[in-house]
Amino acid sequence: MAALLEVRDLRMYYGTAKGDVKAVDDVSFTLGAGESLGIAGESGCGKTSVALALMKLQPSNAKVLGGSITLEGLDILGMDDDEIRREVRWKRISMVPQAAMNALNPVFTVKDQIVEAILTHEDVTEREAEERTVKLLRMVGIDPSRAGNYPHEFSGGMKQRAMIAMALACNPEIVVADEPTTALDVIVQAQVLKVIKTLQKDLGLSMILISHDLSVVAETCEKTIIMYAGNIAENTSTLEMFRHPLHPYSIGLIGAFPKLTGEKRRLESITGNPPNLLDPPPGCRFHPRCPHAREVCTRLAPPLLEAHESHMVACHMVNRHPEYR
Amino acid sequence: MSETLLRVEGLVKHFPVHVSLMDSILRREVPMVKAVDGVSFTIKRGEIFGLVGESGCGKTTTGRAVIRLIDPTSGHVLFDGVDVDELPRGEVKAYRREMQIIFQDPFESLNPKMTIYELVAEPLDIHGIGATDEERHTLISEALNDVQLIPPEEFLFRYPHELSGGQRQRVAIARALILKPRFVVADEPVSMLDVSIRTEVLNLMLDLREKLGLTIMFITHDLAIARYMSDDIGVMYLGKLIEYGGTRDVLDDPDHPYTQALMAAVPVPDAERKRGELPIRGETPQPINVPPGCRFHPRCPYAFDRCMVEEPPLMEVEPGHGAACFLYDEFHAGKLQRGRLPPDQAQP
Repeated sequence: MAALLEVRDLRMYYGTAKGDVKAVDDVSFTLGAGESLGIAGESGCGKTSVALALMKLQPSNAKVLGGSITLEGLDILGMDDDEIRREVRWKRISMVPQAAMNALNPVFTVKDQIVEAILTHEDVTEREAEERTVKLLRMVGIDPSRAGNYPHEFSGGMKQRAMIAMALACNPEIVVADEPTTALDVIVQAQVLKVIKTLQKDLGLSMILISHDLSVVAETCEKTIIMYAGNIAENTSTLEMFRHPLHPYSIGLIGAFPKLTGEKRRLESITGNPPNLLDPPPGCRFHPRCPHAREVCTRLAPPLLEAHESHMVACHMVNRHPEYR
Repeated sequence: MSETLLRVEGLVKHFPVHVSLMDSILRREVPMVKAVDGVSFTIKRGEIFGLVGESGCGKTTTGRAVIRLIDPTSGHVLFDGVDVDELPRGEVKAYRREMQIIFQDPFESLNPKMTIYELVAEPLDIHGIGATDEERHTLISEALNDVQLIPPEEFLFRYPHELSGGQRQRVAIARALILKPRFVVADEPVSMLDVSIRTEVLNLMLDLREKLGLTIMFITHDLAIARYMSDDIGVMYLGKLIEYGGTRDVLDDPDHPYTQALMAAVPVPDAERKRGELPIRGETPQPINVPPGCRFHPRCPYAFDRCMVEEPPLMEVEPGHGAACFLYDEFHAGKLQRGRLPPDQAQP
């Protein structure tokens, strides 16, 4: 399957008064048409930075120092703002932002906001835009009779659904959902995830779902990437990731989730804290916390290599000394 | 010495919705947010009692009313047999020493202008403990040791911003434990922490419970964490306790349709699990407009006529495991099948 979107060796630092925050370093992955990919990791691991770069929405102090993002031959990082606004955003890649509940404008009705998004990006009549809005709202499970309501009249789950409807307004090929259910309670979260999953399948969308919660990724995506401190630690199918994680960080992270079923056993934690990305440790950024680290890990950053078929891991021990465990 | 350390009886806390001057002059009836609306439970000595529910269900208000950080509208809290609400103001302070709280956000609960030493010493100042500096220093070092901030000297004169989130929450725990309380309310103590760090804090609390013989009321929205931490559990919905019992009894085999729905909705880090249909629809209503009858009936797949007019009390379904649901009343009367999801909706 030819990749729809390809990110290659992306390096993006944030300039601050104290120096560069090395938020994204040598990140490479691909997204196939119709595929759902989850990017998981803890706060500050760079997952949101990657998502923003896909639409060239990174904040102004971000510096793209290398790498490329290609959407079917289109060089995204090379486009200027105007081109990307006309060609890519909303039409080809759209986003459900973090804290979507606050992303709606409180002084316009939900319908007006979706109609506006359509009219801005497409050459259609207002009537057509309104019809499409009604269709979109129905798709995400909102009664179209509520379309004329203001955001404060919507519950949290409904606002999130409205944001999903808006992201789909211009028939994009790729939807990037950044922590789409983080502020929601479990039952509403389950409802919203179901909407996302159904739409992704029915519309054949490609999706990137970003979450700190591994379980949300496990339930929603076919493929999973785990990031740590600006690097990809592991990239494989979701099934493989949760059955046979290879990177010591992935193993630790998956093991740190208490189970809802089965016998209770003491959780193992990963010692230490994630590094400050102003001055990340040399070599493998995980080595100070890694139970298997050896000398080589303190010197050389491990490349992301295929450990076995479609299972990519960035770990010297896995790649060179599979017997380490 | 009885087995029960804390008994909560009919706890109610209503907050008035914005009262304007005009409202009070005209003596208009003020709408009330029924945050906690008649909650009773007991906590055994030395156990961890998990109080779970979604946001706005009243679990935090319950926790605060239990240690009297806020005064309840009505109801009683008996700590070791003594009614805390009836104590004269002067004696409340002595009880405060016995009951401490750990707040949710270690980024907000610690004064950024105080050093770790000052933060941990503050409770000693308030309660006039430790006559000499030396004595206080020993107590503070001990407290930091207890929470694994080792060596303590390295942390004493640092400020909260120099610590990581996990370390900050340890300082908050040290503050709560330095008075050697018997009872601690932990209100979502790890919800602001990243996964790899929160495990350490959870394990620390389990260890301290053993070491210090603490009784803990652990408030959380995360059912997996509640299952990991607690011995007994209570589930709240819209200001009411709707199910209680041993943690495994309740979570592995929930009786109340709401608890069943919660369990069905929790995502799990297991790519092989297939999610069934969610048995309930809609979202939790506001605690201003509590539905009549059973407050869960508008969302309940099993609701019948009685649920719409009458409020179900907590009924013991099995020994030590109860639910506030008429299905069990009817069940005992032999009229209905026990309130389980029909097989086609059941979760694997």
